[in-house]
Order: sequence, then structure tokens, then C-alpha cells
Amino acid sequence: MLYREVGQFKTSYAADQAIFPIMQDRIGLIIVLLIAFVAVPLVGNDYWLRTLLTPFLIFALAAIGLNLLTGYAGQVSLGTGGFMGVGAYAAYNIAIWLPWLNIFVVFALAGLVAAGVGILFGLPSLRIKGFYLAVATLAAQFFLGWAFIRVPWVTHYSASGSITLPAIAIFGVAINSSVSRYLFTLCIVSVLALVAKNLVRSNAGRAWMAIRDMDIAAEIIGIRPLRTKLLAFAVSSFYCGIAGALLAFVFLESVEPAAFDLDRSFQILFMIIIGGLGSILGSFLGAAFITLLPIFLNRVPTTLGLPLGTATISHLEFMTFGALIVFFLVVEPHGLARLWQIGKEKLRLWPFPH
Amino acid sequence: MTPVSFIIEVTVGGLLTGVMYSLVALGFVLIYKASGVFNYAQGSMVLFAALSFVGQLELGMPIWLAVLVTVAIMVALAYVVERLVLRPLVNQEQITLFMATIGISFFLDGFGQEIWGSDVHTLNIGIPQNPIFLGDVLINQFDLIAAVVAGSLVAALALFFQYTRVGRALRAVADDHQAAMSVGIPLKSIWVVVWSAAGIVALVAGIMWGSKLGVQFSVALVALKALPVLILGGFTSIPGAIIGGLIIGAGEKLSEVFLGPMLGGGIETWFAYMLAMLVLLIRPQGLFGERIIERV
Repeated sequence: MLYREVGQFKTSYAADQAIFPIMQDRIGLIIVLLIAFVAVPLVGNDYWLRTLLTPFLIFALAAIGLNLLTGYAGQVSLGTGGFMGVGAYAAYNIAIWLPWLNIFVVFALAGLVAAGVGILFGLPSLRIKGFYLAVATLAAQFFLGWAFIRVPWVTHYSASGSITLPAIAIFGVAINSSVSRYLFTLCIVSVLALVAKNLVRSNAGRAWMAIRDMDIAAEIIGIRPLRTKLLAFAVSSFYCGIAGALLAFVFLESVEPAAFDLDRSFQILFMIIIGGLGSILGSFLGAAFITLLPIFLNRVPTTLGLPLGTATISHLEFMTFGALIVFFLVVEPHGLARLWQIGKEKLRLWPFPH
Repeated sequence: MTPVSFIIEVTVGGLLTGVMYSLVALGFVLIYKASGVFNYAQGSMVLFAALSFVGQLELGMPIWLAVLVTVAIMVALAYVVERLVLRPLVNQEQITLFMATIGISFFLDGFGQEIWGSDVHTLNIGIPQNPIFLGDVLINQFDLIAAVVAGSLVAALALFFQYTRVGRALRAVADDHQAAMSVGIPLKSIWVVVWSAAGIVALVAGIMWGSKLGVQFSVALVALKALPVLILGGFTSIPGAIIGGLIIGAGEKLSEVFLGPMLGGGIETWFAYMLAMLVLLIRPQGLFGERIIERV
């Protein structure tokens, strides 16, 4: 009864093209944003904000980036970790050389650098498709991972290869408490998520989906594959780059190349598959699931009082993680976002069966 | 030592290592050919097979019995995978199946190490390790034997595919699922056969790599070396896996020796991928893959 769009007429073109055409969705979104911006910082403790919510938001941003490329444009990429690393190291170098620059500008520039690298490694996508492309993007992952270690100026000639990020401040306000870090991340992520939501229903987003569904047909109706695919790689890498910069500056604070290895790429890929390919909401749901699951799995044996060694716990974690991935794929191959959609359909009819 | 024989030695060493990569790549090709599934878990299957094998040897079994038991385990694994993962996911997108195999790989990594322990096991089944000289050129005897094993494995697979009833059914399924089903080939049992065959290939690869590196987690990572071999040779071609392995192996060693010092070393992590990508730019289906025909 609550979730029903009866009586909500679209009387103008603007209303017809609104992002959230249903009033209940708009109210729900406002409530979620209010909770995220006001309630969570008020009630959340340090542990929650620092180890759960901030990384969740950062990974959600990276997942949106990958989802634009894989879910919307249909180009499978296993190089996400590398592109995130490019963003992190670019932001580090910019912040070192131009310390007076506003941090938002630093992040935007880092995103642009990542976008440039993304375009470069996206070039093969014009000829290579499917799994061949997925394996080819591993070239980006391994090459970039190598560059972070072996090219000295990337780490500013640090002897150990790890970098310590400078403290950040906006307009003189230092971002050092867990609340301010959370809010800083939240601001960037919500703005970029809104941009992404709009982007996928724009000209560019529709072109991506056409390329994804059948690239030859898309080409025939006048979509240029070169521009469309490279734009997808650029935008996706921009998002991943900013997520990487956030991960480095806000969450990790000191970065080793291992933070952006192949496991990171797979982690983000898991998020969009579990969350739902081709869905911005799914990116958030998947990120929440994959970020929270290991923490949850870690706690179960201690809570139940099982006397297990750390090696056993880590093996069991691997097994449960793998089994859950398979389980989710079997139960709902279209991800958590699809479950949410089914729930909404049901809610529209409730309490009537048809 | 003359520069020429140095180059020959490096090339031969690379070629022989390449054959070892092909051993792992073969398992990928088998499964991709018959079911269109890109089986990321192949590396974990190699590790799992090697761990089971070495675990049974340490329990005091003779080698032949350990081989038999491990083969039985791999067949059982194939059955379970078909039952619990592949069958419910019939007709799903390829990427969904790919993700499912990543899930399987996580599970197997945890499961194998949980049962057999995560320490490094040494595996010695009597393959001589000492190098021999052919004229001026130093060759590792072990690599030579590995090459022979890989060669006979390919020959055996080729005979199996060409002359047995099941092999013919496998080729039919690889060619066209629906046509194969309509002439009465049971798709489900075929998948079990293919995954079992891939499991046995994994066991061979596991024994060879395990003897070389010791049976430990890093054996599973050899799969990452096999991926460029796979795309270079083409996902669907068994000879492609071998020739791709030879090219990647030799290219990797030569580049490491001649290009590595210029770039600061450690380039073997990405060189193979770059090489494979360059080949793909010219031939998008790999060297020996089936020609990709696109229809609207």
C-alpha cells in the first residue's frame, strides 16, 4: 500500500525525465542521505566509521567505475586494481609537487591521469573481445603493478617502495578524525554516484549499452565504437582512479603496491557481480556485501567460542567466501540489485496477490 | 662460452619452461572447448591435485596407488562441480560462469590447504634434477623430462579425441551444443568427463610443478602464467596451447636476459601478457583459435 505510484501523474517533460520518477523513491533517497550525512556521524563510533563505512564507500565508488565499463559497456576488465593504483600514485605525486593545491583538484587531476592510462589500455578493446579482452586487461594490471615497484619517480624515490601520504585539509580544516574522513569520502562518493546515475541515462550511457548488447548492430545504427569504448574506459578509470586516491589518502595513509594487486581487481569484480551488473545501486549493495562478509566471517568462530587456529580460520574464510559466491550466482545470477527490484514489484501489489 | 651457445641455452631453457606452462594451459583449453566455460579454477585444481597427491605419499602410499586415489578424487570433484555449479547455471552468461569458477577456485584453495596443511611439501618421485651438457649448452634434465611428459600427454589427448567414442562426443559438443544434444549425446555426463580430464591434466601439471617448486600455494599462481599462453594460442586449440607455451617461454627468458636490464628487471610479470596482447591485435582469436565469425 505504501509503495504505489497511483496518482503520480507526469505532467511535464521534466517530470517525465526525472531520475527518480516515483515519489517514494525520492523520499527514500532523502532519508538514506539524511541517515548517511547526519545520523551516522552522530551515533557511529570510531570502529564503525573507520573500518567499515569509509572503505565501504570507497569500494562502492570503484565498483561504480567498473560497473560503468563492465556492466554498462560490456567490456570485462581485470585491471581495476591497476587503475586504482594509478589514481593513488598520481594523487600522491601531485600532492607532493603542488602542496598548495586544493585536495579536490588533486583528486580530479589524479582521476584524469587514471583516465588517460585507461584509454591507453582500452585501445586493444577495439579489436579484442570477450575473455580475450579480459586476459589482455591483465596486461594492464601486471604492467602497472610492476611500474609501481620499479619506476622510482612513481614512489618519489622512496627506498622501501611504500609511500606515506601527506595529511589532507580542505580550506584549512584538517581531515584527520574518523568522522571527517567519513564525511569527506561520503561527499565525493555521493556526488560521483549521482553523476554516474545521470551518465548512464545520457547519450553516452545509451551508446554503451548498445555496444554491450550487440556491438555490430550498434555500429550499424551509427554509434562509433572507437569513441564509445574509449569513453567507457576513460570514465571507468576516472572513477577507479579517484577511488584509489581516496583509498590511499583517507583509508590506508601509507601505501604499498600490494594494495593495488590482482586480488583488488577481483574483489571489485566480485562486488559488481554480486551486486548486479549494470546497476548503480547494485554497486553499493555488492560493495557492502563484500566489505562486510570477511569481517563477519572473521568474527563467527570467536563469537561461537570455537577453538580454531588462525590458519584454519583463514582457510575456512576462503572456503565460505568461494561457496557463497557460487551460491549467490546460482540463486540470483543478476545480483542483489535484481532482488531489490523483485522486492519492489512485490511491494507495489502488496497486500494483494495480483 | 660463445654468445651463440648462450642464446641457444637461454632459448632452450625458455622453450622447456614454456612446455610446463602449456601443461597448465591444456586444462583450460579442454574445458573451454567442450563447455565454453573459462575455468579460472584450473590453477587451484593443479594445486589441489598436487596437495592430495603429496598428502597421500606422506601417508605412506606407493606412488601408483596415490595416483589412482588422486585421479578418483579429481573425478569426484568434476562430478560435484557439474552437479552443484554447472547444472544450475546452464544458459547463464559466460561471465557468470567465469565468476562461479573463481568461487570454485577460492573454495578449492581453502579446502586443499585445510585438509593437507599449508606448509611447503617437497615432492620427489624420482625425476633427476641435475643438469646435463649437450655440447656447449647446459640443459636441465628435469625440464627435458617435463617436456616429454607434456608431449605424451598431448599425444594421448589427441588420440583420445580422435579415436574414442567419448572423444568424438566431446568434439561434437565443442562444435555445437544443441546439435550434439539432438543426436543424443548426454551433455551432463560429457561435462563430467571433460572436467575429469581437466582434473587429470591438472594432476600431471601439479606433479611436475610440485616437483619443481615444492607443493605450496604458489603452484596455483602458475595459472596466471598460463593465461597469456592460452590467449596467444587461442582458447580452443590444443596444439595452440603447446605452441603458445613455447613462444611465451622462449620470449620470456630472452626478454628477461636482453631487455630486463634496460628496464630495471622483473619484467617477466607482464612481458608475456604484452606479447600475447600484441599478437591478439593482429589475430584477435589467437594464433590457432577458431575464426570469430560475427553475425547480426
